[in-house]
Order: sequence, then C-alpha cells, then structure tokens
Amino acid sequence: MAELDYKVVVGLEIHVHLCTKTKMFCGCALSFGEEANSRVCPVCLGMPGVLPVMNKQALEYAIMVAMALNCEIAEFTKWDRKSYYYPDLPKNYQISQYDLPLSANGFIEIPLEGGKTKRIGIIRAHLEEDAGKNVHSEANFSQVDLNRAGTPLLEIVTCPDMNSASEVRALAVELQRIVRYLGVSEGDMQKGHMRFEPNINLIITKNGAEYKTPIAEVKNLNSFRALERSVEYEVQRQLDEFAETGKTIETGNKTTRGWVDEREVTVLQRKKEEAPDYRYFPEPDLVPVKLTKEWLAEIRGHLCELPINKQIRYVTEYKLSDYDAGVLTAERFTAEFFEQSVAAGGEPKRVCNLLTQTGLKIAKERGCGVCDLGIKAESLSELSKIVESGTVSSSAAVSIFEAMVETGKEPDILAEELNLIQKSDAGELELIVEHVLADNAKAVKDVKIGGKKSKKAHGFLLGQVMQKTRGQANPKVVSEILDKKLG
Amino acid sequence: MMAKRIDEAQVRKVAKLSRLALTEAEVEEFTEQLSAILDYAEKMNELDTENVEPLAHCLPINNVFRDDCIKESLGTEKTLANAPQRDGEFFKVPKILDGSGG
Repeated sequence: MAELDYKVVVGLEIHVHLCTKTKMFCGCALSFGEEANSRVCPVCLGMPGVLPVMNKQALEYAIMVAMALNCEIAEFTKWDRKSYYYPDLPKNYQISQYDLPLSANGFIEIPLEGGKTKRIGIIRAHLEEDAGKNVHSEANFSQVDLNRAGTPLLEIVTCPDMNSASEVRALAVELQRIVRYLGVSEGDMQKGHMRFEPNINLIITKNGAEYKTPIAEVKNLNSFRALERSVEYEVQRQLDEFAETGKTIETGNKTTRGWVDEREVTVLQRKKEEAPDYRYFPEPDLVPVKLTKEWLAEIRGHLCELPINKQIRYVTEYKLSDYDAGVLTAERFTAEFFEQSVAAGGEPKRVCNLLTQTGLKIAKERGCGVCDLGIKAESLSELSKIVESGTVSSSAAVSIFEAMVETGKEPDILAEELNLIQKSDAGELELIVEHVLADNAKAVKDVKIGGKKSKKAHGFLLGQVMQKTRGQANPKVVSEILDKKLG
Repeated sequence: MMAKRIDEAQVRKVAKLSRLALTEAEVEEFTEQLSAILDYAEKMNELDTENVEPLAHCLPINNVFRDDCIKESLGTEKTLANAPQRDGEFFKVPKILDGSGG
C-alpha cells in the first residue's frame, strides 16, 4: 500500500447575532419567536422610499468583538449592497461591507489540551444585516417570516489555521465565551445566535507528492457537536473520495454540503450553474462611518479581561488545574464571583471546589447562574474559611451551602443551627475514644496485631467515635487520638 | 479613448441576474441604450483623477446614527396587507429548493 499522510485544513465563516434591542437599520425590536411577521416595518420590509439609519449600539458591539479578536479597526468604514434574489431578502440586496470592513487582521487564542493555546488568524470581521426566514413545508409553496430580517449580524472570517475537528470546536466555544463575556450576544447556537460554516479540505502526501482535496463548505450546523462531527465526517469522506477519484482542488470544484443531524452525514447541496455574482456597490442610502481615536478608546473601556487570559491566570496565579480554571471561566459572572470570594480571603482551591462541586450544581438545578443564588462572595469566602480551619467538614459545607441558598443566612450561624460544627476539643474527644475502646476489645486487639485487619479495625473504631458524636467529631483529631492510644 | 460597448451576452446576463425576462427586440434595444450610457460615462475618464480620493458617498457627512430604542412595528396584519399571497401569518411564495443566503 502506498504511503499516505494527510493534514486537515479548516477555516470558518461565522455569523453572530448582536443582542441589541432593535434591528440594524430600523427601530423594530429583535424577535424571539413572536408571531411571524409581527416585528417588521417599512424599512426592513424593503418598501420603496424608506431610508435605513444605523444603530450605534450595534456598531459599538461589533467593534468590541473586533477589539477582543485583536483586529485592526478601520478609521473609515462604509456600507455596500450585496445583490441577490431570495424571498427572505425583501430588498433584493443585503446591506453588508465589502472593500472597507470595520476591522481586519486579528487573531483568537484557543485553548487546547493540557493548558496549551493556539493562535488562529482572523481575516476580517464586518457588520451586516440578517435575512428573514424561509419555512419549507411539504406543500408546493414556502412560507416567509421577516421578523429576523435586519437583525445586526457580525460576520467573522478566520484563516484556515485549524487542523482538527477539536480545534474547530475549541474556536467555536472560545468565541461563544468571548461574546458572552462582552455581553454583545447570547451566543446560543440552537437559537441561531451563532452560525458556523467550516471550509474543509485536506493536504494529502502520497509517495512524496502533495495533493489538496477540493474544499467543501458545510452548512446547517446548529450545535458544537454537529460542527465537530461534520469536520470529522468530511475528513473521512474526502479521504475516501480522493482514494476513489483522485480529484484535487485543481480538478474538482468547491462544493457546498448540508449537515443532516439525524444521520450525521453531509450531503451535496444543489450546485449553482454559475458562480454567484453579488454586484457589490457602495450603499447610497447610508453615509460612511469615521472612527475617532477618542471614540475607540471609549469603546475599548467596555472590554473586560478575556476568558482565555483569566483561565491561564487562574492556573498560574491560583494554582488551579486547567480543568477547574476552564469550568470557572466558562461564564463571566461565575469567574467574577470566584475572584471576589478569593479577594475576600478565601483559599482559591477551596473556593473553587465549593463553587464547582456545589454552587454550580445548585445553580443548574435552579436554572440560574451561581451569582444569582443570592449569596454574597464574602459569605462563600467565610464558608471556605470554616472548612479550611476544620470548624466544619467538607461534606458539612455542602449542607451549609445549600442552607445558605435557602435561608440567606451566614455560614457560621448555619453551622451552629444545623449542629455541623466539628468537635475538635481533644480532651472531650479523648473521653469518648476511651469509652469506645473499652466497649470494643476485639477491634482494639485487631489493631494491635497489625496487618490488613488492623487498618479495617482502626476504621471501625473511628466510625464508632463518629457515631457517638453524631458525626460532629473532627475525624482528623479522632484519628490522632486513636493512634496515640493504640500505637 | 472610446468605451468598449456592452454586448448582447452581457445584457442577457445582467437581465438574468436581475430576474428580468427580455424579448429579443428588448435585448437589442437595451444593448444600444446601455452602450450609449456607458459611452457617456466614459467621458469621466478624460478627467485627471490622479490626486482625488475615492468617494464613498456623495454627501459630505459621516456618522449618522440612531439610538437603540424600540419603535412600534407594523404588526402582522398590516405587514401582510399588500402581500400577493399569504398563508396564515406568513408570506406565501413559490417553493424554494435550496437554502442559500448571505
């Protein structure tokens, strides 16, 4: 068999809905599943004689993302018409940006396994308006809902710098984290707030010669899983196709394929007879935008520490594992809550455990964020301190955490009310231990003999003490007393 | 320098892109007319634009914005009032096969 090696090459075209109150060029409220065609006006309906007016907030949101993606921001940017005919596009053109996009030449750092990161280039990020929605039915007609038409849409095009399905997924997750941190998009793929279209091909090395397979663009991806699986599927499909036909980027055409979620395959979409001819030209209804240094500085003031930087800092500064750092920084408000608790004197690892093992679980059950549980960062810090000092056990801390959420009381008060304070007073515990030893002569003998049985007997005696104290003895102290008495 | 006249094939292509059905006579007529327009526009090339910045818009103003404030929409009934065909609260259009878009 011939030597065959290959490298996966993927670039992404991404569309992100910006969560402004109103559409890009008119005052219609953005739609969240209202009655079809209820949120439209003459402007987004493309009626004759109407004029679009730019939503300043949408532009500022777009610039915030561009800045977070390390892009160069244009001093001068303008709008262009992209012409095409489709029922969901009432004007027969989309207002977009062509030759002078608002930003270009950036990069995004994506987290990889083991705390490493990789830099993926961003070619450009520009603003445009979304189209409406076509609803295809079994009947011999289609339905059109224009509620979405005119929603501010940020288009981001990456360099083909990703070399595996997991890197593609990592980029998507990271971008979601960024737009959510910035508060500029809900970033929900299922709801269509973020759409990813990977362009995939392979560089195959066979018998010392290099071949590139034709590029396939995949559409209809509505989850991170679908995105990742579609890349995996395409890699195998392109390998098979190359083995069968030998088609390369020079001899084959670029194709558009649709992801079929139920079957986890991509299928060829109807080929267009000719390359699209969008006939871009400057939008006469909108004046250009000049971005002054002062304005950009003001916008930059709305940025926050980026999630990947937080994640790295948690590992280096707080000595957390990369996994813990990833969980804590998944959402901005969780991360900030964690930082406030640490700033209030909590030991980072202890606070992290309380938050990730108990806090996030309670929050999930209640369908809210950790910071919406109604407990103060200072209180969480206090809880971590009484665990740290041995006043309560870590399992008691779970009950206290739950009670804090229920009652809003402080951890030290709850520890007393719930009888969860550990007995650490050696004198008091020694008496109990002596009683237990007197009542369990056989176990005492077993311990003294040594070996496997000894360990078991030791555990048994410890258990007896815990039982006598109704779980309130500090097991560490009890263990020490036992060792002293039996050793 | 004379402009390169537009030919019939180009007129047919532009018509197709614009979803216009032209008769043979119209193709001939518009080829003439469009060529004349292009000839006229070609006169601009006689000007020396060496030191002129490209113009993005004919109005000498920038940065016209509105605040992100909700205005009342038309509502479904008014929106569909002029629709040639409707199906419930939707516009009804000929069946679309392929999902494309921007």
